[in-house]
Amino acid sequence: MKGESVRKKVRRINVNLDKCNGCRACELVCSAFHARPKYSSINPARSRIRVVTDEINDEYVPIRATNYTKAACDGRRVYTVNDKKYSECSFCGSICPVRKLFKDPDSRLPLKCDLCEDDPPQAEPLCVKACSLGALTYEEFEDEVPEEVKPDEVELGLKALADKYGAQKLADTFARISQKE
Amino acid sequence: MRYAETGYTLEVDLSRGNIERVETDPKLVELHLGGQGIAAKILWDRVPADVEPFSPENLLIFSAGLLHGTPVPGANRTAVNTFSPQTNLLAHSLMGGFFGPELKYAGYDRIVISGKAPDLVYLWIYNDKVEIRDATHLRGKGVHETTRLIREELREPDAQVAAIGLAGENRVYTASIEHGFASAARGPGPVMGDKRLKAIAVRGTKEIHVAKPAELFEVCIQLRDKIGESKDVGDWMAVDEDDSFHHNNFAWGNARTRIKDYWSEELQERWTRWKYDNMDRQKGCYNCSKRCINVINYKGRRFGYKCYGKDTYHMAAFKELDFTYEILPFAMDYGVDSYSTPQIIAFAIELYNAGILTDNELPDFPSDSGERTFYLLEKIVHREGIGDTLANGVYWAALQIGKGAEAYDHNTTKKFEQLPIKLGKLNPPYFLMIATAEKMAITQIEGSFPQDPIADLEAREAFIEKWRVVVPDEKFLHWFREWEKRNEISNEASCAITDWNEAMHFLDDSTGLCGFLSSFRGQFGGGVVYHINNLPNIISLAAGIEFDKDKLWKVFQRNRNLVRALNVRRGMRRVDEKPPEDHWAVRDHEFEQKLLDDYYEFKGWTKDGIPTKETLDQLDLGYVSEDFIRRGILTGDEGAPHKGSVTDKGEFETAGGAESER
Repeated sequence: MKGESVRKKVRRINVNLDKCNGCRACELVCSAFHARPKYSSINPARSRIRVVTDEINDEYVPIRATNYTKAACDGRRVYTVNDKKYSECSFCGSICPVRKLFKDPDSRLPLKCDLCEDDPPQAEPLCVKACSLGALTYEEFEDEVPEEVKPDEVELGLKALADKYGAQKLADTFARISQKE
Repeated sequence: MRYAETGYTLEVDLSRGNIERVETDPKLVELHLGGQGIAAKILWDRVPADVEPFSPENLLIFSAGLLHGTPVPGANRTAVNTFSPQTNLLAHSLMGGFFGPELKYAGYDRIVISGKAPDLVYLWIYNDKVEIRDATHLRGKGVHETTRLIREELREPDAQVAAIGLAGENRVYTASIEHGFASAARGPGPVMGDKRLKAIAVRGTKEIHVAKPAELFEVCIQLRDKIGESKDVGDWMAVDEDDSFHHNNFAWGNARTRIKDYWSEELQERWTRWKYDNMDRQKGCYNCSKRCINVINYKGRRFGYKCYGKDTYHMAAFKELDFTYEILPFAMDYGVDSYSTPQIIAFAIELYNAGILTDNELPDFPSDSGERTFYLLEKIVHREGIGDTLANGVYWAALQIGKGAEAYDHNTTKKFEQLPIKLGKLNPPYFLMIATAEKMAITQIEGSFPQDPIADLEAREAFIEKWRVVVPDEKFLHWFREWEKRNEISNEASCAITDWNEAMHFLDDSTGLCGFLSSFRGQFGGGVVYHINNLPNIISLAAGIEFDKDKLWKVFQRNRNLVRALNVRRGMRRVDEKPPEDHWAVRDHEFEQKLLDDYYEFKGWTKDGIPTKETLDQLDLGYVSEDFIRRGILTGDEGAPHKGSVTDKGEFETAGGAESER
């Protein structure tokens, strides 16, 4: 069964590395916004966006926390951009077991970017608002995506049984049960 | 709960290896705010006047500002205070970057370091875990490599590191403490080396709280936007490639030679190309959207500079910008102050040319001034041969060399190298600022009131329009509006202007705000974002202590007088308060001394520049006046206190009070 395609709103933060001055205001406001009560404390270690910084390498990469991952990748790719070497971890937003980024410093629980969901909604995520240099910009656009079709529950169950026992056994069993009733 | 501050001081005794986390008295914030203000109080209480700078009893204090770590943008300058071996007075030193805020997130407002380690160590602060670690493997290493190695061995890429290079280890008087591309100069570097402390690394993952979070956050969002948009804050010299100002007006070599028509279009085009062909980025400090630091990658060596720091080496050596690009990465990695060090080098070259230093002291001395500069830099940072003498700064080196070398020490005040500025007619407020400042560099005192009158009436009014909101009192508008000739301004105005200029710096020193957003910048453009009229509210929202303009002004006066008291107790007097003899071509001793009298009186100081008992008592510094009377520095009946608040309406003298001078 094929679903129709539908239009959906996509929210995105764009990062222009050349414009980042490394000030880390994005981290500061993120931690304030996600404090409870809101703005009550500042702690960049709790931020869901972090500027990976190495001033000797002139490296300033704001990355935001994406998904929790149970296992680390080998992280062995090294990218060279404008003669500067970057580890692939510099661009990775995964909440990953081998690094401290994006974990609450006290509980070690993962901290994931929610694009500053709020009621009423913020015009843009706070990190973008704090970035006066335009290194971070916010974009909302409509994108064509296939409509998600929820499979029928009975069909899903039968399919699983067929996978496990084979179609023939399933058919035989079904016939037997039907006759008894 | 403590707001804005953490409420804790980290005490480190390097002699005994003792580390303590000590709760501080909340009252100190109300009295001194933080930063250098509280550091001055600690130095007063704990370092007796006869303690030598190179003594284990001397303290080295790294202070975060009161507003560090709060949402207030541009609060990131760390104050480093101690007693300087060069001047034997309080070392006033500030560095930008990220150190102070990180220290706050680690749970401390300051680090007070005493004693002396048996061998080279570094300090590692990770929240409540603090270790004194071996640093013998870092001996002689440059500051960048030291930073990299420390981060690697701690596995903490986010650790903020402040380190000394070889110059600091060798106790070169002009050694700096380097942190990223920021540096703390004017005294603390050699003391850090004397304490055998190679570096401090700090990482913090704790909370900072403010008293009125939502309100302060709203104010800060607006301030941040304003800072980002405004051309009236930040270091315009990072982006303006026309640097005729320094090159045509400042003196080259050993502060001797002015080349009034040096700048040209052709030169500007060439230098601009050098810069942008080799520039990686313009970067900022913590929580500030300005991009004041030019990050240059020249011949494979990366370094950052701001402001006049790009000119000092090539102007000392009569070279061009590419020479600074050649030498600056080495000088910064050794960790030497790029303001005073080139002057020592130019001074030595002059002595050689005059035959006072010879091939005996300078064997194989090259003929090219650039090669000579490199040669002398190496000698100084290694304290090798004559370098051991030169490493003590121009004043001491001249005395130690003798043979007439003293005459070549023409640009120091209070034993410290001043900016190489040689002008014609006296600028009275500048006379006061250079004479009476204890911060050793004019850039740390000047700033709120313009250096010069604006001749064009329309431009003058446009400036006043922007400036109106930042002045403490209408009288400053009046004085500026009436000001026609630089040297013609009333003593009354000169005193109040100097006072206001100082006030903003003293407030920045204690809040940790950057002078390019406030104290230094008003003179250029007028539209600073932090000023005496909005700071009280910002500090109140952050710290939860109510401040108004008068109360904040009193904090400035308290901190100012405490700093002066520290130096008076160490022997500083009126006789020390004089700008370099040749700073201006036209001098009038009688006028200058009358101006100094008036200023001391305005400040509530004696004829000898000592705060009177009444002045001190009125500023809750009764413990200082008691000490002064006990020591016989004051008798106790020296007369009236200072003239009071900034809004006092004195009689306006008409501008031109100094007219008789010409």
